[in-house]
Amino acid sequence: MSEFQVNTMAELMAEGKEVDVLFWVGSAGSFDERAKKITRAFVKILNKANVNFGVLGTEESSSGDAAKRAGNEFLFQMQALMNIEVMNAYNIKKIVTTCPHAYNTIKNEYPSLGGNYTTYHHTEFIVELIKVGKLEVKANLSGKKITFHDPCYLGRGNNIYDKPRQLIEALGVKIIEMKRSKRKSFCCGAGGGQMFKESEKGIEEININRTKEALGLKPDIIATGCPFCNTMMTDGIIAVNEGAAEVFDIAELIAENV
Amino acid sequence: MGLSNIIFILVFISAISLFLRNLNRIINNIKLGRDINRSDRSSDRWRNMFRVALGQSKMTRRPIAGILHIVIYAGFVIVNVEVIEIIVDGIFGTHRFLSSFLSDSFYNFLIASFEILAFLVLIACVFFYARRNLVKIKRFWDKEMTSWPRTDANLILIFEILLMVAFLTMNAADSLLQSKHSYYVTAGSFPISQAIIPYLDGLTLSSLILIERFCWWFHILGILAFLNYVLISKHLHIFFAFPSTYYANLNPLGKLSNLESVAKEVSLMMDPNTDPYVTPTTVVEPVESFGAKDVTDLNWVQLLNAYSCTECGRCTSNCPANYTGKLLSPRKILMDTRDRITEFSYNKRKGIKDSKTLLGDYITSEELWACTSCNACTDSCPIDLDPLSIILDMRRYLVMEESAAPTEINMMFTNIENNGAPWQFPAADRLKWKDE
Repeated sequence: MSEFQVNTMAELMAEGKEVDVLFWVGSAGSFDERAKKITRAFVKILNKANVNFGVLGTEESSSGDAAKRAGNEFLFQMQALMNIEVMNAYNIKKIVTTCPHAYNTIKNEYPSLGGNYTTYHHTEFIVELIKVGKLEVKANLSGKKITFHDPCYLGRGNNIYDKPRQLIEALGVKIIEMKRSKRKSFCCGAGGGQMFKESEKGIEEININRTKEALGLKPDIIATGCPFCNTMMTDGIIAVNEGAAEVFDIAELIAENV
Repeated sequence: MGLSNIIFILVFISAISLFLRNLNRIINNIKLGRDINRSDRSSDRWRNMFRVALGQSKMTRRPIAGILHIVIYAGFVIVNVEVIEIIVDGIFGTHRFLSSFLSDSFYNFLIASFEILAFLVLIACVFFYARRNLVKIKRFWDKEMTSWPRTDANLILIFEILLMVAFLTMNAADSLLQSKHSYYVTAGSFPISQAIIPYLDGLTLSSLILIERFCWWFHILGILAFLNYVLISKHLHIFFAFPSTYYANLNPLGKLSNLESVAKEVSLMMDPNTDPYVTPTTVVEPVESFGAKDVTDLNWVQLLNAYSCTECGRCTSNCPANYTGKLLSPRKILMDTRDRITEFSYNKRKGIKDSKTLLGDYITSEELWACTSCNACTDSCPIDLDPLSIILDMRRYLVMEESAAPTEINMMFTNIENNGAPWQFPAADRLKWKDE
C-alpha cells in the first residue's frame, strides 16, 4: 500500500468501522510546519504496517498540557473533558501519539477526569509493530553518527529511555550519547509553557546550551521524539551554525527506511 | 547517686523536652498546610522509604558525595548506640554499662567498630568541609547560599568533627585509666584511639581523669545540643528524610495533580442540566483559593518537603533554567518555603501582624515563569522532594487568581480557548497536514 491513507473517526463511524488505535496528532503535529512532517512520516509507518487507525481531525483539540503547566488548570480541565467526551463517544481504547506532552497528559492526567485509554508514545508503538512482525526496519543508516535527545516528558516524566534507542539501533546505528542523557538529560527549553514565550533574563538560552552539547559530538543527525524538542534543537542549530547536523524525529528516520 | 548524675539527669531531661517542644512546633507548622491524600499504596511507600532514605539509593548517583555521606550516616546511626551506654552511665553513675552484661569479645567488637566508624566519619567530615570551603563546589556557593546556609553547613561538619575527636580522646584516656583506677573497668578494644595514647601516656592520674571526664561530658552535651540544633538547621533531614520519602509522590514524574476544586467548578459549568439563571439556594461553602500565594495554601507534604531540604543543591545544579543563568533555583523555592512558614508561625504565635506572603516577598514571578517543568529537580533530589509542585501551585495562583501570566502565555490561553490550539490557527485547518 503506497497510498497515503488517513481517515477521521467521523468518516469511519459513518461507514460503521471501528479502529484499533487512535492517532492523536496534537496541536504541533497539526499546525507546526516542521511537526507536520513528523505526523506524515508516522502515518506512512502506520500505513506500511497496515495499522487500522483513525484521527480525530477537526474534532481534536489541544490536550491542555501547555495550559496546565502554565497554571491554567481551568482551561486544562475544560480541554480534557471536551477531548474525553469525543474519544469516549468513539469508544476509543488505545491511543498513539507523536507528542510526549499529549502522551503524558492523556496517559496520566486524563484518567481521573474520566478518560481511560492505553496510551503509547509512537516510539513504543513502532517497537511493538516491529516485534509482532508488522514492520521491518532496514539497517540503512550504518555509518551515520546519531545522537538522541531525550524529551523530558518521555524520559524523566515517564521513564521511557530504551524504546527510542532500540529504534535508532534498528537502523544500524550505534548511538553516540551526550554526557547529559537519559535521566540526566538536559531540557530543550520548551516545556512548561516556555515554547510560547520569551525566556526570562539569563546568560544563555536553554536550547542553545543543549544544541551545543549535541553538536560537540559532531553528529550527522540529532534524533528526538518530540515536536517541541525538534523545534528547539532545529532553532539551536541555526543559531549555533556549526557543522552539518540535522534534527529528525525517530518516526522520520524509520519512515525513510521501511 | 552523685551530684554529677543529678546534673546529668537535669540536663538530659531539659534537652529532650526542649527538643520535643520545638519538634512539635514544626509538626504543627506542617499541619498548617492543606490536606492531600498520601495514605494510599502503603507498601510502595514503605519500600520507597527503605530504598531512598534508609538505603540512600539516590545519593550514590554522585558517587564521591554519596559514599562519604553513607559513611557519615552509618557512623551517625551506629556510634549513637554508644550514646545509649553514655546515657545509662550518666544517669546511674555506672561505667561502660554495656560491658557488664555483654561478652568481652562482643563488647570489644562493638567498641572497635564504633572507633573505626568514628574515624571514618571524621575523615568524611574533613573531606566534606574541604570540598565546601577550599574546592568551593559551585552549588554550595550559589546565590541563595547566603551567609547563614553556608555557616549552618560548616557548623554541622565542625560539630561532628569535634564530637568524634572527643569520643576517640575519651576512649584513649579511658584505656589508660583501666589499668590505673578501679572505677575504669577493663573493657573495650581501641584500634583507633591507640594512636592518641602516646600523647596522653605521661600524664598524671588526675589529668587523665579530667580529660576522660571532659570528653565524656563534651560528647554527650554536644549530642544533646546537636539534637536541638538540628531543629533550626538544614540538618533536620536526618529525621525528615524518612517521612518525606514515605509521603513522596510515587506517580510518574510527568503526572501533575488535577485540582479538585477546579474539577468541581468545571463539571458544574459543563453540566447541560445546570440552569445558568437559577440562583443557588444552598449556601456555597467558601472556596479555597486556586493555587498558592502563601505557605498555608500549600499542602502539608510540600511543607514537610521544605523542612526536609538539606540544601545540597543537586536540584539547582541540574535545573536548565538555573544552569543558563535564570533566577529560578528549585532549592531556593524550598528554602523560601521553609523560611516563610517559620516566620509565619512565629508571627502567629507572638501575635505579630504579618502582611508578607511567600509569593512576592520571597519568590518572584520571574523565578516561577522560568521553569520548564522538566523534572530534573525532582528526579535529582536524593530524598524525593518536589519543588516543582510548589512552582506549579504558585503559577496556578498567578494565573487563576490574579490573571498575571506573561502576555504571550495569555495569548496561548486565548488561542486554546478560541481555536483549540496554542497557536492562532483556525480549528477547521486541523487536518490540513493530510493533503500537504
